[in-house]
Amino acid sequence: MTPDYYLVLAAILFTIGAAGVLVRRNAIVLFMCIELMLNAANLALVTFSRINGTLDGQIISFFVMVVAAAEVVIGLAIIMSIFRTRRSASVDDANLLKY
Amino acid sequence: MEQTVEYAHATGLLSGIWLLVAIPLASATVLLLLGRKADKWGHWLGVAAVAATFVLGLAMFFSLAGLDAEARSAEQSLWDFIVVGELHVDFGLLFDPLSGVFVLLITGVGSLIHLYAVGYMEHDEGRRKFFAYFNLFVAAMLLLVLGNNYVMLYFGWEGVGLASYLLISFWYTRPSAATAGKKAFLMNRVGDAGLAIGIFLMFATLGTTQYDEVFNGVGALSAATILVLGILLLLGAAGKSGQFPLQAWLPDAMEGPTPVSALIHAATMVTAGVYLIARSNPIFSANTTLQTIVVSVGALTLLMGCIIGAAKDDIKRVLAWSTVSQIGYMFLGVGLGGGAYALAIIHLLAHGFFKANMFLGAGSVMHGMHDQVDIRRFGGLRKYMKWTWLTFMMGWLAIIGIPPLSGYFSKEPIIAAAFERGDWTSWLYGMAALLGAGLTAFYMTRLFVLTFHGPERYTEDNKHPHESPYIMTVPLMLLAVGSIGAGFLMASSVPDWLEPTFGAEAVEHHAVMPHWLITVLSLLVTVLGAGLAWALFRNGTAKQEQPAGVLVTAARRNLYTDAFNEAVFERPGIYLTRALVFLDNKGIDGAVNGLAAAVGGSSGRLRRLQTGFVRSYALSMLTGVVLVVGAFLAIQLGWLA
Amino acid sequence: MVGVTDFPFLSILTLFPLVGAAVVAFIPKTRGQLAKAIALGWSLAVLALSIVMWIAFEARGDRFQFRESYQWIPTWDARFTFAADGIALVMLMLIAILVPVVILASWNDIDETQRSVPVYFALLLALECTMIGVFAAADVFLFYVFFEVMLVPMYFIIGSYGGARRQYAAVKFFLYSLVGGLFMLAAVIGLWVVGGNTFDWQKLSDVSAAFDTGTARWLFLGFFIAFAVKAPFFPFHTWLPDAGVAAPAPAAALLVGVLDKVGTFGILRYCLSLFPEASRWFAPAALILGVIGIIYAALLAVGQHDLKRLVSYTSIAHFGFIGIGIFAFTTQAGTGAVLYMVNHGLATGLLFLVVGMFVARRGSALVSDFGGAGKLVPVLAGVLFFAGLASLALPGTAPFVSEFLVLIGTFTVHKVYAVIATVGIILAAAYVLWMVQRTTQGTLNPMLVAVPAMHKDISLREKVVVAPLIVLLLVLGFYPKPVTDVINPAVEATMQDVGTTDPAPTAVANGKVAP
Repeated sequence: MTPDYYLVLAAILFTIGAAGVLVRRNAIVLFMCIELMLNAANLALVTFSRINGTLDGQIISFFVMVVAAAEVVIGLAIIMSIFRTRRSASVDDANLLKY
Repeated sequence: MEQTVEYAHATGLLSGIWLLVAIPLASATVLLLLGRKADKWGHWLGVAAVAATFVLGLAMFFSLAGLDAEARSAEQSLWDFIVVGELHVDFGLLFDPLSGVFVLLITGVGSLIHLYAVGYMEHDEGRRKFFAYFNLFVAAMLLLVLGNNYVMLYFGWEGVGLASYLLISFWYTRPSAATAGKKAFLMNRVGDAGLAIGIFLMFATLGTTQYDEVFNGVGALSAATILVLGILLLLGAAGKSGQFPLQAWLPDAMEGPTPVSALIHAATMVTAGVYLIARSNPIFSANTTLQTIVVSVGALTLLMGCIIGAAKDDIKRVLAWSTVSQIGYMFLGVGLGGGAYALAIIHLLAHGFFKANMFLGAGSVMHGMHDQVDIRRFGGLRKYMKWTWLTFMMGWLAIIGIPPLSGYFSKEPIIAAAFERGDWTSWLYGMAALLGAGLTAFYMTRLFVLTFHGPERYTEDNKHPHESPYIMTVPLMLLAVGSIGAGFLMASSVPDWLEPTFGAEAVEHHAVMPHWLITVLSLLVTVLGAGLAWALFRNGTAKQEQPAGVLVTAARRNLYTDAFNEAVFERPGIYLTRALVFLDNKGIDGAVNGLAAAVGGSSGRLRRLQTGFVRSYALSMLTGVVLVVGAFLAIQLGWLA
Repeated sequence: MVGVTDFPFLSILTLFPLVGAAVVAFIPKTRGQLAKAIALGWSLAVLALSIVMWIAFEARGDRFQFRESYQWIPTWDARFTFAADGIALVMLMLIAILVPVVILASWNDIDETQRSVPVYFALLLALECTMIGVFAAADVFLFYVFFEVMLVPMYFIIGSYGGARRQYAAVKFFLYSLVGGLFMLAAVIGLWVVGGNTFDWQKLSDVSAAFDTGTARWLFLGFFIAFAVKAPFFPFHTWLPDAGVAAPAPAAALLVGVLDKVGTFGILRYCLSLFPEASRWFAPAALILGVIGIIYAALLAVGQHDLKRLVSYTSIAHFGFIGIGIFAFTTQAGTGAVLYMVNHGLATGLLFLVVGMFVARRGSALVSDFGGAGKLVPVLAGVLFFAGLASLALPGTAPFVSEFLVLIGTFTVHKVYAVIATVGIILAAAYVLWMVQRTTQGTLNPMLVAVPAMHKDISLREKVVVAPLIVLLLVLGFYPKPVTDVINPAVEATMQDVGTTDPAPTAVANGKVAP
């Protein structure tokens, strides 16, 4: 069994995530899409690790998981506070940081 | 140059030359620094300082006279003023026959005028300040004549300019006085710039500014250099002495208190130009074209002064234009060169007496007439102010040249010298000088008659003229004595005395007519002019300005020279300034601000890209990633190869 | 043997005010008087140290004295190198004299701005540190750093404590200088590359003759633009009137009195000595800029309606004189230019301070708001007149000596420029006297009588502010030798770097007169 399928799957997952970030407005969904992209990257890393026969990719994927976890903690906190003040979870409503 | 100029070192009493400058300067400093505390006695300190300087100057004069004729000079270097590279300027003084007579004139006449001013300024709350400025002037003027190099001369030159400014605008709350002071300083600065460039030229060509080294080096200069140098010095001299074309400030300077007009704008400062040319005689004698220019300036100015003076109705302005005209005679003298240098100096000294006398007399008249200056509102004053009348008469007779008063001995030889120039120009300059003598007699007689004789034409509030106190009339009497006797005394002694400075008199005479004929002619025109004026104004004159012909109108307008200055310099200057202000704000600063605005504007457009929508940022990130990945792929797959 | 010249004067002199700035900055806002007193004491201590250094300096000794060098960034060969020649020494002295005067002059002005008093005085001391550093540096990189850092305290002084339009003026001042500084940064890096990977001034100066002609000209231009903006020379001058108007008058005195001199000092030290050939090549252009500046700025000064703006324009005209003095390449003109830098600091400093006193009383700097003020404040009017006389270079005041030297030195080599520049002295009389006439003479402006502060003549504090400047201007006007003797060897060394000699007097050169 070739590892190509895993790479294709990772690419599909990443594309779904990216498209989700671009088209959805709900902050929670956006967040899930980002997680999807991160996991797609993880999958690719593990696959490459398998192909090359080294452990580097797997180690990096652990780092990614840690970063993702930290990000979730902060991100959800931000979303919560935005929701509290603006009564909305839509990212389009949080557009104060502009020109 | 066959003759070498060399100055001896100052010894004995003469090593105290610096005191001559230091005493009045110290007095001025004390008066200025102490402020109101010195109000009670400040004027007496001022008088005492000048009197002490006069005594000291007199003692030095005699100790100089006691030396051998060749050794009659005393040079004193006080300290190195400017020493940079090859440039070496001494803070040095020189007491020689020429500066000696000037010292006596400045401090002698100065003392009398100081004394007079004690009375004249008695009711002025700024009297102490007045005396401080007056002392400052004396110090600067003495530095001017005592310097041993051109930079020292320039130092004093600007110093007297400052004192003159301060004193003209002494009553600074009067806009006309403030403007007149500014005008005097500015026109002087034009001349000063000429003098300064002259000094630069000396250094560039001869590497020095010391009198002796410059005079000894004149022979090495090309004729063109001497001509340019002389014209530059002449420009400076014309500015200070109110000669054409820089004469306009002098009549306006009469805005100052009358003692100022007498001391600065008649007796001493305005003659500094004559001093400069006389001092630089080796330069001026070295070029005939240059001498012709000086003579022309003198002749032109003396006629101008006479013509304008004859049309003025302000007693001080008539005297001011008379000063312009008399200095014209002096320029004529120094321009003629040779023996006429000494004649010009004699006329300068004599003029110092009789003109100071008449100015102070005018001040006395104003004092008794509530500051009225219009001669049309005087008349018959001889009954009320005997001393003023008598002393003024001496001045009047002296200036028009009635023998044996001083003006006769000083002016007539200059007229004669003008006729002796040797070619056709003798006639030109001689006739100008002769005509000037007639006109002088006319306008001075007009002034004298309208003021002291004829019917009384006083204004309503001015019915009771009175004589001035003795503190004012005594200096008048002393000056009147000088006006009578000085000429005869100096006519023989001064040329010999000044020989070390000017060299032996040139022997060549090219008289176009015998000397006795010139004497007779000049007396004739004088009597004619005086008689005509007497006949015309014996019965007074109209109290208002009357319509007049072209010449009189032009004379009343100062021969349109003021209008010329205004049209050619003042107005274009103002427009140029305004245009430049506009250019600087809109042009240069506009370009800078425009650049800033362009940067600001374009960044204002660019920042519109920051929409605040997360999705658009994500899209641009994605686009970037795709581009980078695409580029990698392109290289990896060799599409670009 | 450890002599007095081995004492690390320059590094201590640079750092000491910085320590003072830190101390003063931490004083609470409410203790303004304490901050003033400490700042004044501190600056007086700097003055005392400078006087000791002045005495220790040997005028006939080496060109650079008090040299110290400490490691900084070894990979670039950038070091904390300090050294002073005669030119730097007189400028350091000028700083040390002006800062206490300025601090004393600012005594009450800052209270009215409603802003932190200690911070203002801390900024002044910080400015003193950077100004001393920029003149004391003998390392090109160190010089550049001080050159740029100097902007920061001045920016805050103008921007926080200035008058109307202070933000605009502060930003304009900062940007102008920064843009100039960027040109210099490029040139500094280029110099490092072609000069053998070092920033040491001495080493660079030793190899400067070997620079490629074209490269040297570009590098010269980089430095020159920065200095021409700073000085300021026409046509880079428009920031100065705005900054001069907006800055508090004492700070403006410091701005034109010292800060701008960095430009002319930089030209002498860096442009002339490091790029001699390029300096000679650019000299005609620089001379023309100088002459234009003299006439142009003087005419503009005549046309101004704002006192502080007027004084700023007079400064631009004076910088024109300094410019032609530098680029005439004669010892007289060069010494005159350096002396001019000192005298102009004293004279225009005094003028700005006195104008500041008038403005503080009247609450306006417009000339038309005055008129006849001499009747109300005679002594103050007298001081204004004196400052004006010094500004128009009347003999007896120090600027006369410098202006005379500049013009006479320029005349020996460039007659036409010197003659045109001499016209500037007529215009100088015009703008000074007209200003004096419109403010202090003539009929008393009735609006002026209604201002209570205009009835208070000069106070004791103000007398202490102006007295040292007046005394110095007079003393140096009569006896400038102590200063010229210090400047002269340094200028001669600079002219040697440039490779020019004074022309002999023409009559002597023609062999007609024995020299």
